[in-house]
Order: sequence, then structure tokens, then C-alpha cells
Amino acid sequence: MIPELGHFALVLALAIALVQSVVPLYGARTRDTVLMRVAEPTALAQFVLVAVSFAALVSCYVTSDFSVATVFENSHSTMPLIYKFTSVWGNHEGSMLLWVLILAVFGALVAAFGANIPATLKATVLSVQSWIAAAFYVFILATSNPFLRLSPAPFEGRDLNPILQDFGLAVHPPMLYLGYVGFSISFSFAIAALIEGRIDAAWARWVRPWTLIAWICLTLGIAMGSYWAYYTLGWGGWWYWDPVENASFMPWLAGTALLHSALVMEKREALKIWTILLSILTFSLSLMGTFLVRSGVLTSVHAFATDPMRGIFILVILVLFIGGGLALYAWRAPLLKQGGLFAPISREGALVLNNLFLTTACATVFVGTLYPLALEALTGAKISVGAPFFNATFGPLFVPLLVAVPFGPLLAWKRGDIKGVTQRLAAAFVLALVGIAAVCVVEGRPVIAAFGIGLAAFVIVGAITDIVERTGLWRAPFPTTLRRAIGLPRSAWGAAFAHIGLGVTLLGVVGETQWGAEQIVSLRQGDKVSLRHYDFTFDGTSTRNGPNYRELAVKFTVRRNGEPIGIMQPSKRTFPARGMSTTEAALMTRGFSQIYASLGEVTPDGAVAVRLYHKPLVLLIWFGCVVMAVGGALSLSDRRLRVGAPKPARSRAAIQPAE
Amino acid sequence: MTRKQRRLALISTGVGILGFAIGLILWSFSGSIRFFNSPTDLVETHIAPGTPVRLGGLVATGTLVKGADLNVRFEVTDGNRAVPVIYHGIVPDLLRDGQGVVVDGTLDPSGTFKADRVLAKHDERYMPREVADALKKQGHWVEDRSAKAGVATGAKP
Repeated sequence: MIPELGHFALVLALAIALVQSVVPLYGARTRDTVLMRVAEPTALAQFVLVAVSFAALVSCYVTSDFSVATVFENSHSTMPLIYKFTSVWGNHEGSMLLWVLILAVFGALVAAFGANIPATLKATVLSVQSWIAAAFYVFILATSNPFLRLSPAPFEGRDLNPILQDFGLAVHPPMLYLGYVGFSISFSFAIAALIEGRIDAAWARWVRPWTLIAWICLTLGIAMGSYWAYYTLGWGGWWYWDPVENASFMPWLAGTALLHSALVMEKREALKIWTILLSILTFSLSLMGTFLVRSGVLTSVHAFATDPMRGIFILVILVLFIGGGLALYAWRAPLLKQGGLFAPISREGALVLNNLFLTTACATVFVGTLYPLALEALTGAKISVGAPFFNATFGPLFVPLLVAVPFGPLLAWKRGDIKGVTQRLAAAFVLALVGIAAVCVVEGRPVIAAFGIGLAAFVIVGAITDIVERTGLWRAPFPTTLRRAIGLPRSAWGAAFAHIGLGVTLLGVVGETQWGAEQIVSLRQGDKVSLRHYDFTFDGTSTRNGPNYRELAVKFTVRRNGEPIGIMQPSKRTFPARGMSTTEAALMTRGFSQIYASLGEVTPDGAVAVRLYHKPLVLLIWFGCVVMAVGGALSLSDRRLRVGAPKPARSRAAIQPAE
Repeated sequence: MTRKQRRLALISTGVGILGFAIGLILWSFSGSIRFFNSPTDLVETHIAPGTPVRLGGLVATGTLVKGADLNVRFEVTDGNRAVPVIYHGIVPDLLRDGQGVVVDGTLDPSGTFKADRVLAKHDERYMPREVADALKKQGHWVEDRSAKAGVATGAKP
């Protein structure tokens, strides 16, 4: 009964979405307020119905109702409750339902809190949003119904893929989807602006909070995915330039560019057409990510099911929205008026440079990800493009961007003073040089590492310089500084934090890639091995039974300078239901660095293959992402962006500093 | 600066960066792409020793030897030809007789494939897509192998 209720709610949501796709848009074109107002209740109703549908699926999983096909395929009655819950989206059908749930949440939020958006724009936005929703409802109902029943109902499920039986599944997919789907709002706003043929600074102010929310979630989602891969795959890698990773990274790069160009548009009314294009591209890349990952074009843990019908269906959605969006752009964009002028050396100029580098970097990732697919489709030749390609193309494009980062916030709008800014960044330059020298003296080897650390120091200190300059720290009396710091717009703090986070991530990347050490050895009980300053003693093996797996653990005592500092117990789990095994790495955190141990094979004569890694500063990689997200959140809390805040009075707007 | 000059500055910066990126892409494509080969391709097309390639097929029955100090040797076959592979390191658990496998590495002059990465899959029902296609081409495809896609143990999160 409950699965049928869920299915029925989804069908109803589709019906309502169809109404919402047409009626408010028609109302907006004919200036009919009654028709326009249809959008709000329908958006809320869609949310309620999809939520009911999702709740129905959750209840099927939690109660282990194996008469539902997806529950049978992906769940097991002995799984802990949290995994029963998270396995709702640990499969294709459920994850698509989560996708539309998030879409409906965003639609409802715009309907509920978008009170200050002009009625016609809001109605058009919600209509466009509903086109996307309708397309995905049809997709789910036609090709991926999560509520299909099995008869007779099997007695036991086939278990969730063991790699997914992890807390990461509770965080990574929902955050990533919040990011992907969040960008649908900026897409809808862009399409609405093109339909209306009118766009101004206020548009950017309405779009920015949604873009920021999406960006924060995507940042955290990618970071969580990276950390999860790091500790669960047993290879100690945090980024492989794998196509599925690139699929999430491309929208992030484009979204970051969009955040910055929307800033220019909001403050200076420039880059309007470019911002619209970026909004369309960012969501297109999100859709493409969904397609690449879910269609089975790429084989990986993310490709749950390889039903060609689904791939073709998503491809059609992709072509309709991307093609339609770009065609509308080509047709309508020339109608939009050109915006303000600026000199090449100015805040706008710096942000344009940021956009050029980010989008070009995104394009290289795009080429590297799609070229093998295109080549195979056209010539049948199978190639793989690996990390060396991405390191060689992405790296050289990102380094100048990082050098430019501290300059941006210090330059004035319209016409900047590069000499003055360089002087103000002198402290950052000096600290970066000191950092380079210090690293060279202390560590000696790879010079590139020293430059990496220097660049990271420059980015971090440069971001702090901006705050110091604005508050007049050390020049003005402390109370004045404090008052200024409190009075500083939250968005300025946000920018500083986000840039600091970028530098911190860079520190981690440099530390891990340049100074990491690894040791792959075959050990027996009593054997000793050392890695860097650490000595490991193989104390013995033990086995135990988990709820749905058997586990073999190896115990190591870790010593530093002869002093025991802890015990590490990497293990291997075997899941009989799927005949699969997973590697549970043991991690020991020392400051921001980690020691990583994972097990390979156990030979019949008792020797165990072990991978040991020393990963200096590795935690900074993800910590930096969290700092970036905090920056985003601070910026989101800025007064002028507050969703649903009353419009500031005209006079106040006039005296607002143009930061 | 006039409006025209500004636009020119903007466009030339953009074109410059784009050109730089295209240069980088072409330059790195020449060095870091690996072509996928079946053992038949590898034996018959005489790929120059030292060229990075990706080899895929099945582990030939009875050839897998796990020696001391993590030295592993086995043969990869597609039913027609077999290529001996050597590898030093930890191989995935499911590397066993008859299992689908993908290895990255180079061919040395003696015809032995030196692997620097071995990818096999966690799920025994799984067959790498490239391998499945190659086997189909060679006429050694057994339909029930393709039952279900699984999970990579290798560098495929």
C-alpha cells in the first residue's frame, strides 16, 4: 500500500508540474496576476507530494519491504538502521527521487521566500523550474520507478554494495545533489531573464543567494566524496581525476566563476550577458554530470545500473535543456543592454581574469573527460586520459589564477591602482618568500613544493591583508578597528574566508603530493617496518563477525623514536551476500598529517600485504574546503542578500559603499 | 583607453589564455594518453617498447604466480593471444584465473608487459567494458558473464 501511495504522489506531482510549467508563464506574458499566482501553491504542492513519495520509499527501506524491487536489490534485513536509511539513495532509482526532492525543495523555497522578486519574473522562474521537474518526473516514472513490486516477495534482500555501507553515503550524495540542483535556480533565473528580455543589477542580487547555497553544498559534497574515497578505497588517494570526479568538479569551477561574475553584475551592471551564459553553462554541466555518472557511460561505483534506455532518456533531457537554453541565449541575449565600463586594471578586470581562468580550466577538464568518449563513439578507439594530462593542463592554468586571487579584493572598482595594491601586498610577498626559503632550508627537496607553499602563503596572507586594510588594523586605534571589523559587510569576510580556504587546501595538496611517503610490504607476525619517523610492529591478526560481514583485522603498534604512540588496526571485511570485500583503512591523525594503513591480500602461509602511507598536511585539503564553505555561508548571511529581506530604502542604497 | 581598446584588451587576454590552454591540451595529449589494447592488438601491431598502453583481457588459467616480495606474474589473454605481465605491488583480491583485468604499463623489448597499475573488480560478476567489447570482437564472449556491473577496486571511486 505504501509504495503505491508513493508512486501515486509522484504521478500527482507530475500533473501539478505540468500545470506550473504553462499557466504562470502564460500569466506572466499576458500580465494576468491571477494566473501568475498559480505558481506559488503549485510549487509548494509539488514539494509536499515529492516529500510524501520520498517518505514512502524511506519507509519501505527502513521496514525492509523486499516486495519492492529496489529494496530487494539494495538492502538487507541485517543492515544497521542508518544504512537502511541511506541506501534509499544508494541506487539509481532512489537517488533520482532524491534529485527531484531537492529540486522541489528549491522550487518551494523560491515560492515561499521570493517575496521581493517582481511577480512576472518569479512566475517565469517557477515555470522554468517546473519544466526541469516535469522532465525528471517523467524520467523516473517511465524508466526508473523506485516503487516497482516483485511478486512473490523475496525473503531476503541482496544487500547494499558494501563500499556504500558507510557514513559518507549519508552526506556525500545529498550535498552533491543540493549543489547540482541548486544551480537549476540560477538556470531558471537566466532563462526567465532571456524570456523577459530584461535584466539588471537586482537580478544578480536575487540569483546570488541561490548560487551561493548551491556552491557551498557542492564544495562540501565534493570534499566529502574526496575524503570518503580516501579512507574507503584503501589506496590513500584523495583525487584521481576520474571522470565521475570531474563530472562534479566542472560545475564547481563554472559555479565559482558564476559567483564572481554575478558580483560584477550586481555592483557594476557589467558582464550581464556573460553571467547569463555562465548560469546556463553551470547547470548544463550539472546535468551532464548526472548523465555521465548515471547513464552507465562510465563504469564506476557511481554507475548503479546500465540500462541503455535511461542513458538515452537523460541524454534527451540534456539536449533539450542545454540546447534549448543556449538557443534561447543566442536568440535573446543581443536584446540585453550592455552594462558599465571599466578599465582593464580594476576589480572588474580582476574578476574577468578570474572568470577567464576558471572557465578555461573547466574547459580543459571537459576536454580530458569527454575526449575519450567522443573518440570511442567516432572511431571506436579506446583510450584513457589519466592524471598526468589533468595535472599538466589544469595546474598551469590554476597557478596564475592563484597568484591573482589576493589582488582582486584589493583593487578598486572601475579603475584600480595596481602599484598601490602591490605595495599593500608587500607583506604577503615577503611572507611568501620567507615561506619558500624556510621550506627550502628545512625540507630541501622538491623545489616545486617550496613554491607551492609560498603560493599558498601568498593567497592566505593576501586575503588577510584585505581585512587588515579595511579595518585599519595597526594604523587606527584598536576600538576603531574593532568597530570597523564589525561594520564590515559580511560578504567581505566571506570573500576573505573563501580565499583563505583556497590557500589552506593548496597547502594540503602540496604537502600530500610532494612530501608523502609510501611503503608496500609483505609482513608476518612479529615483523617490523619503518616509514619516515615511524616504526610499525605487526602484533597479530584477529577475526570477528559484524552484522552482515566477517572481518579480518591486523594489529600494528606504531612507535616514534622508540616510544609507542598508538595502535593501528586496518581490516578487511567480506560480505557474503554479494561475495564482495572492502578494505577498512586505519588512520592515525598527527596534527594535520595522517598515517594511513590498509591491507592487501592475506596469503595462506600467514603473510599479509600492507600499504603504509605517511600523508603530511593531508587533512588541510578538506579543512580548506570547509573554510571555503564557511566563507560562502558568511557571504550568504550578508544583509543585502538575505532571502526575503525587505528592499532597502532608496536613500540607503545610494549611500552604500561600493565595497 | 577608449571603449574599443578596452574591448581589444579583454578579447586578446581571453584569446591568449584560451590559446595557452589549447597548447597545454595538445602538448599533454601527446604524452599522457593510453590506448586500450587487447593481447591480440599488442602482439600483432608491434607497439614500440616503452609506449604507455592499457591492456585488458582475462587472466589466463594457471598462469597467476604470486612470488616473494610482492612480485606477481600472470598472462593476460583474449582467447587468441596471451601476453605475460609482471607487476610489483599489491594486486586486487579478485585477480584470479579467468577474471577480467585491466593493466596499465609498457611493453619491454622481450615482449613482457611491465604493469605499473593493475585494476580488477570487486564484484565477481563484473567485467570491464573494454574487456567485454574486446572479447566479443574475438568471439570469446560468454553471455552470462555480463550479468551485472559492479565496483572497481582500483582507482575508480
